[in-house]
Amino acid sequence: MSPRAKMILGRVAQAIPVILGVVVISFVLTRALPGDPAAYFAGPAADAESIAEIREALGLDKPLLQQFFYYVGDLARGELGTSLTTGQTVLADLAARLPASLELTLVALLLSCAIAIPLGVLAATRPGTWVDHLCRVLVTAGVSMPTFFTGIVLIYVFYYLTGLAPSPLGRLDFIYLSPPHVTGFYLIDAAVAGDFETWFGALKQLILPATTLALFTLAPIARMTRAAMLSALSSDFIRTARAAGLGSRKVLYGYAFRNALLPVVTTLGMVFSFTLGANVLVEKVFAWPGIGSYAVEALVVSDYAAVQGFVLAMALLFVVLNLIIDIAYALIDPRIGLN
Amino acid sequence: MLSINNLSVAFKTRKGEVNAVRGISLNVAKGETLGIVGESGSGKSVTSYALMRILDAGGEIRTGDVTYSGIDLRAASEKDMRDIRGREISMIFQNPRAALNPIRRVGHQIEDVLIRHAQATRQDAKEKAIAALKAVKINDAAARYDAYPFELSGGMCQRIVIAIALACKPRLLIADEPTTGLDITTQKAVMDLVGDLAKARGMGMILITHDLGLASQYCDRIVVMKDGLIVEEDVPAQLFTNPQHAYTRKLVDATPRLGASLRTLLPPEARRPEPKLRVQSNPLLEVRDLVKTYPGKSGPVQAVKGISFDINAGQSLGLVGESGSGKSTTSEMIVRLQDPSSGNIIFDRQDIAATPSARFMRHPMRRDIQMVFQDATDSLNPRGTAAAAIAEPLARIDGMRGSKLSARVAELAELVGLPQPLLSRFPHQLSGGQKARVGIARAIALEPKLLILDEPTAALDVSIQAIVLNLLVDLRAQMGMSYLFVSHDLNVVRLLCDEVLVMKQGDIVDRGPTAQVMDTPSHPYTRALIEAAPQPPKSVAA
Amino acid sequence: MADMTAPETPRAPAHQGDTTLGHIAYVLRDNPVTLLAFAMLAFFLGCAVFGPALVPYDPLATHAARALEAPSWDHWFGTDNLGRDVFSRVIVATRLDLTISVAAVALSFALGSVLGSIAGYWGGWLDAVLNRCLDTIMAFPLFVLAMGVVAALGNTVENIIYATAIINIPFYARLVRAEVNIRRHAGFAQAAKLAGNSDLRVLAVHIFPNALPPMMVQVSLNLGWAILNAAGLSFIGLGVRPPTPEWGIMVAEGANFIVSGEWWLALFPGLWLMLAVFTFNLLGDGLRDIVDPRKRT
Repeated sequence: MSPRAKMILGRVAQAIPVILGVVVISFVLTRALPGDPAAYFAGPAADAESIAEIREALGLDKPLLQQFFYYVGDLARGELGTSLTTGQTVLADLAARLPASLELTLVALLLSCAIAIPLGVLAATRPGTWVDHLCRVLVTAGVSMPTFFTGIVLIYVFYYLTGLAPSPLGRLDFIYLSPPHVTGFYLIDAAVAGDFETWFGALKQLILPATTLALFTLAPIARMTRAAMLSALSSDFIRTARAAGLGSRKVLYGYAFRNALLPVVTTLGMVFSFTLGANVLVEKVFAWPGIGSYAVEALVVSDYAAVQGFVLAMALLFVVLNLIIDIAYALIDPRIGLN
Repeated sequence: MLSINNLSVAFKTRKGEVNAVRGISLNVAKGETLGIVGESGSGKSVTSYALMRILDAGGEIRTGDVTYSGIDLRAASEKDMRDIRGREISMIFQNPRAALNPIRRVGHQIEDVLIRHAQATRQDAKEKAIAALKAVKINDAAARYDAYPFELSGGMCQRIVIAIALACKPRLLIADEPTTGLDITTQKAVMDLVGDLAKARGMGMILITHDLGLASQYCDRIVVMKDGLIVEEDVPAQLFTNPQHAYTRKLVDATPRLGASLRTLLPPEARRPEPKLRVQSNPLLEVRDLVKTYPGKSGPVQAVKGISFDINAGQSLGLVGESGSGKSTTSEMIVRLQDPSSGNIIFDRQDIAATPSARFMRHPMRRDIQMVFQDATDSLNPRGTAAAAIAEPLARIDGMRGSKLSARVAELAELVGLPQPLLSRFPHQLSGGQKARVGIARAIALEPKLLILDEPTAALDVSIQAIVLNLLVDLRAQMGMSYLFVSHDLNVVRLLCDEVLVMKQGDIVDRGPTAQVMDTPSHPYTRALIEAAPQPPKSVAA
Repeated sequence: MADMTAPETPRAPAHQGDTTLGHIAYVLRDNPVTLLAFAMLAFFLGCAVFGPALVPYDPLATHAARALEAPSWDHWFGTDNLGRDVFSRVIVATRLDLTISVAAVALSFALGSVLGSIAGYWGGWLDAVLNRCLDTIMAFPLFVLAMGVVAALGNTVENIIYATAIINIPFYARLVRAEVNIRRHAGFAQAAKLAGNSDLRVLAVHIFPNALPPMMVQVSLNLGWAILNAAGLSFIGLGVRPPTPEWGIMVAEGANFIVSGEWWLALFPGLWLMLAVFTFNLLGDGLRDIVDPRKRT
């Protein structure tokens, strides 16, 4: 087996204990939530006897360890239980809401990368100048803004004051119909359906929340780009390339930037996690029907199956994403797996 | 072909301007090899970066003209300079592995240069790159074309760097410490290759090095630089036999070479009579069947393969080998920083290998075996003063405190020639030579019976090396210590050691009294090592 | 590159630039932004210590007749829907928000240092186990994990601190692990062993202090992040409860009035929150310049 394949297999193997840990933590966390799900299910009119019955039916009277094994068994069958508040299975709820969150997160990340990476390169090629300082202050200001606050300010300015943005309520204004479901990503679905009016409608709704998230994630990406570029530019091999007469474009992009990209890719995984976390707040501010707002609602009423499902989904998503990043890294960097 | 006239270069730093090069003039004729020799800080590398106009940020040419084949390099546009670099004048650097783009195949790196200078088209680039690899005598060039730098040895990487530099057949090659960090046999192979290629192509060359011996072997003419100035310029034989400037004389003296003794490395006014050394016949240290095995990717790797040797009381034993020979592993096992996989280390009739290294700090013999580390900077805690470093073993092992401790530290500083005011300084405020002295003072603080010296002068300039080596021989005589001197430099081992072991790939391949092993080497590997070491012409100054 | 370094002459200790203070002075001169950050830090600390004693109004006192007033001379930041003075509430909240972040960061610093040092120095299975545990924590979007912890343990200030500490531990543990690991075989660590130090002592006395400068940078950046985290939790209704003045809650409460044009309710606490986080972030940057050995030529 090639060392690289071995490395990828090893990386997959490393993810297994993490997934087990995630399952345990999600179980423990949700069992510790206050409130009695049996009482909730039984409704306000139920007496003690019917609550006990429901508790037994839910398996909540069993010892914790046994409950855990039931839970793992359910998970293995792909069952996440039923949400108390929506009445749907958690899996169906998540499947319906995940695309909304992912669409928002990915658009925000793309926007952020498109701004932050050139900014980082710009700062790295002019270290110590006012351009560098300005970039630093700008991105630091971005990461210092609480996302829920940025969102509110943007709403105030672009919706209340100027009216440029549509009302901050969800993914699509009520005058449009949601596009036929293909991927669940409205931008993609509308484009597939050729309905560009809806496409623009969806984009307009997306701009403010995506900007809010992007502002928050500019800093880590821009700084890692700057640091990685600086370290690449001061490497010996850049001097070799210059001494061989290679053009400045080739030196900067062909040699320095490609080397600098590796640590930036690693940072992206971290930033993705940040963004998913921040999503919860942004979704609340913009009434975005994603899994973040779903989780907040579930937490408030101790809807443990929904919380459990959400935490698991988030963690698994992140584990898989990191796996993909690591594998991508192994494919970009020839050194991986050999030293 | 190249003429530099009154060149000066200044760097802006936070302490104001530093004049790295202060008005130097030199010429290189077509096909000539010029050596620029100097110690660190002499401005020799800056000179070459300045003429290539690739100075680091903050560096600026202040005065002077640089003319190459009638072109004014100082006035040339950046675009013209890019055409000249790599096409007319090329450069190779020290630390070849870092000098190559780590994530680009070496063949493509050569192609980049060929295509940049229109020496190849996309179609025939690969063919020409492989030809360039063949020109630097890389075996199986077609297969190496696809290699990444990390897959190649240091010597191989340097050949690739040379292939890149020579791909467009430049007329002048600047080699900036091209063999620093390479093993001595690799050094010879690389230098021979560069020399042969220069001769075959009629290429001029500037060899920048700190090693006067190396320069004298490969250069037609040498300039000696100090503090940004050229102090002397001559042909090698003349420079060695009749140095004019006091600094050149000092440098020539300090270069270890055949026929020199330790004291003659020092300037004449500092030479004292050689100390009397007493070597006893009873063994202090007996190493028996010492084996160290590491778990490796493809099965266990034997770093040390069952070696045995003795060191007598008062004796100095040299341990010579190239990187990967197992000499450092051996010394770390003896000083009890590592545990051997099997075998005995009998010190003063007691098997100290029986005590695990993790518990050895409480062993009564801890004080008797100490070590001077290879890199003095790395061996001092950046957050501790010189005095704290020297006091540490005294306080920890002898439990010494207060005024008694500070008196002893002062005494030790005196012994190694470290001025008292320097004791309160932090490592970054000390020079390399001073840090080496602190390291030695710490190692001898407990008056050990055996001192292990792991390339203690490898990072030092040659004039400082001369002083430190003399200090070591004086201390040995004064305190009756035994030395295990680990080194790759045969010329230094010859000066300091009574007996020598030659290690190769974990085995001792040759051993015996130093003079006998070196003058009439019996083993082919020893012979190869001795032949590879640059041998400066004999000087009359000695 | 050897020629670029200082010549083989020792630097005189009398030289201004060589002392630590001189170096700090140089960095501050070179980078006025850091100086500004230090000044702002002093301001926030002042607010935290003296704020409650100095503010013009009781932050909890309601005054129905003067509800929802725009900023004026009487009420610099206006009043909220219950007629409470927004300025007083913003200033008084400083102490709570700073306390939460400092306590959380101190906890994660201490725990992370111990775990990271052990893993970095001894390596082996300890290292592997720790790494998997940290991976597990990091597998959760950290804000989500903090939400879960606070929801499970209950809505109290202490639980916000624990939750914030837990999600920060991986950063410290990883950083210390890396810093210790690169010095594990450094010459000075080996020399300390030869001088009779036990492994534990080498780790605690010789290696760990060298990891402190990068840790300080992390601490500063984390303080800002911890404030954001605590405010975010309060914003979604976890943690600090009304009517306690806290920046996150105040923004959350004010958000309801944004759409009717009463912008000052959310703006001022949000702005203050942002400034505090900004201060710590800039400070972290400045500290990085001070400790970065590459800047110390």
